[in-house]
Amino acid sequence: MENPRPRIEATHYRFESFLDDIYNDQKILKDKAIPEHVIMSAKSYRPECEGLQPPKGIWCHITGTDLVRSDDGQMYVLEDNLRCPSGVSYVLQNRQLMKQTFPQLFDRVKVKPVDEYSGYLLDSLEYLLEDRSHDPTVAVLTPGMYNSAYFEQSFLAQQMGVPLVEGRDLVVHDSFVYMRTTKGFEKVDVLYRRIDDDFLDPKTFRKDSMLGVPGLMDVYRKGNIALANAPGTGIADDKVVYAYVPQIIKYYLGEDPIIPNVPTYVCWDESQMNHVIENIGDLVVKPANESGGYGMLIGPHSSKEEQNEFRQLIKANPRNYIAQPTLKLSRVPVIIDDHLEGRHVDLRPFIVYGRDISLPARWLDACRDAKRVSRRQFLARGRL
Amino acid sequence: MLSRVAESIYWMCRQVERAENVARYISVNLNLSLDMPGESVQQWNPLVITTGDDALFKKLYDEPSRENVIRFLTFDRKNPNSIFSCLWHARENARSVREIISSEMWEHINRFYLMLKESTLSSAMNDASDFHDAIRLSGQQFMGVTDATMTHGEAWHFCRLGRSLERADKTSRILDVKYFILLPSPEDVGSPYDDIQWSALLRSASALEMYRQRFGRITPAHVVEFLILDREFPRDVLYCLTNANQSLHMISGCDLGSFGNTPEQLLGQLQSEMAFTRPKSIIDGGLHEFVDHLQDRLNDIGAGIHNTFFALRPIEEKAEEELVV
Repeated sequence: MENPRPRIEATHYRFESFLDDIYNDQKILKDKAIPEHVIMSAKSYRPECEGLQPPKGIWCHITGTDLVRSDDGQMYVLEDNLRCPSGVSYVLQNRQLMKQTFPQLFDRVKVKPVDEYSGYLLDSLEYLLEDRSHDPTVAVLTPGMYNSAYFEQSFLAQQMGVPLVEGRDLVVHDSFVYMRTTKGFEKVDVLYRRIDDDFLDPKTFRKDSMLGVPGLMDVYRKGNIALANAPGTGIADDKVVYAYVPQIIKYYLGEDPIIPNVPTYVCWDESQMNHVIENIGDLVVKPANESGGYGMLIGPHSSKEEQNEFRQLIKANPRNYIAQPTLKLSRVPVIIDDHLEGRHVDLRPFIVYGRDISLPARWLDACRDAKRVSRRQFLARGRL
Repeated sequence: MLSRVAESIYWMCRQVERAENVARYISVNLNLSLDMPGESVQQWNPLVITTGDDALFKKLYDEPSRENVIRFLTFDRKNPNSIFSCLWHARENARSVREIISSEMWEHINRFYLMLKESTLSSAMNDASDFHDAIRLSGQQFMGVTDATMTHGEAWHFCRLGRSLERADKTSRILDVKYFILLPSPEDVGSPYDDIQWSALLRSASALEMYRQRFGRITPAHVVEFLILDREFPRDVLYCLTNANQSLHMISGCDLGSFGNTPEQLLGQLQSEMAFTRPKSIIDGGLHEFVDHLQDRLNDIGAGIHNTFFALRPIEEKAEEELVV
């Protein structure tokens, strides 16, 4: 397998350039390198973020790009996750379990350690406001313990040694964010937020949000708090935008992608939609703005009724759907009850971008192995 | 420390202590009913009165039979103070502060809850003694794990504060069970029956052996002294109040001889009063009345703690200089 590292770095740089451009000058749209309506019609495009200049100019502090390998041996980028990619706690916890279960393997195979993740994460978060605050206070913002990723949020806060806060713990006063403590109000400088944009600030985004902090975005615009990842990054997760990533890379970097996309049909284009409708039984259909496998149709495994249902869904809202050929993804042996079965895997390297971009590259290889392990766990539980 | 986190830790410990004490109530009553002569009827109503949830009990059940009372106090999800409810809440609280507490604490409280969730009323009825012993033991183990694995910093002091206040309240209520239990006839006051009841009561507070070492023979005045005014027995009311007061001052950083907030003031006053009281004056004034009054004051202290440390007041109410920047 070729080393995906250069592509990962390139991916990251072009996303930074892309987001900065999209929310500021929009040169890529003016130059018609990609169709403007694709961006403007995306649910995850945030007009509220226009003109934003995030601290240190960084939009995506943590990125999880999913890579797969097909039966031709070719690696593909399956999707990008720039909002709040989760799963890294599984990598870390699984490593603990693997070390307990197969200590002899670690001797032989020389697996690289992954434990430094929380240190990298904390460094990259503290870096954001280091010139404004001597000893920046970092906190992890969680939607609460009923969120499906609560374990990870709690785990990362604990590993970094920073408070795990909920929206109701925070209050905005005089253009700063404070948390309510037993000793009074204490200023917060950096939030690693695990709440979607929609719920972040009821004064800016969804008014009915009970999870967010009223006025947070004003503080953010003034540069008095850093948010990781920046609001608005979800635009790059949109699966229609994904289809244009090769053009985006070409536009900002002047190069072709090192690792190709999975071929993608965008249904807003009528001829491509017709192709999808006719061949739906051979394709995977995905909604543009979901994650975690929700709302998908896997053609070869679907019934006629389901296919018809998706044809209707696509026709009713073509912008919201893309389709891809089914790939024969690489498999690993997985323990299912008392025997082994082959199950498909993908690889999610977590890229932490702070003081420098070399961080992710340094632990990409280790992560690749670890992620496979975590996928196996997922698969064993039938999540995929 | 975040107010929400402090509150969760405080209640987590209170609820585990409460669950343990409800098991103690039930075991005191089981002890009593076994020790009483055959003709005396089992008395389960006093137990419900003592917990303070008798109004709710009457709403949910017809009569205070053994089965109904044990069901109500142990498993009933509609009773917020049943052992099950306490442990459910304690576990939810623990879950929300997993990054603060030790993993051993979380694992223990999780197992404790699951143990209760998987047990049945018939096991609680048929092996009542084993069943309630197991709950008591788990409660004690939780405290041991907490003390041995958690840094004795602010979070731990909130733990000890919650545990101590809850225990002071519940020890006084265990004494109160005796008030409502009827002797076969009024002449039995001071009789062997009376002795039997007092020793059952001491046993349910894990206090019988320690009491014997201290006083030997059982007399009401000495039992009161041992469970309310002793300075060394860890389930004693004054002992608990002293610990709670120390933790409060460790949290605020205020000097132990003075006070910097309302709960410190109220608790300091209560502790001093108890420290300068004789058992005789408690008995002369009426033990039940004393316990009632004590519980009111403990409630006020609880409210003070809530307002001082947990209540989320809007920032406008705070003076600017209070902001820690």
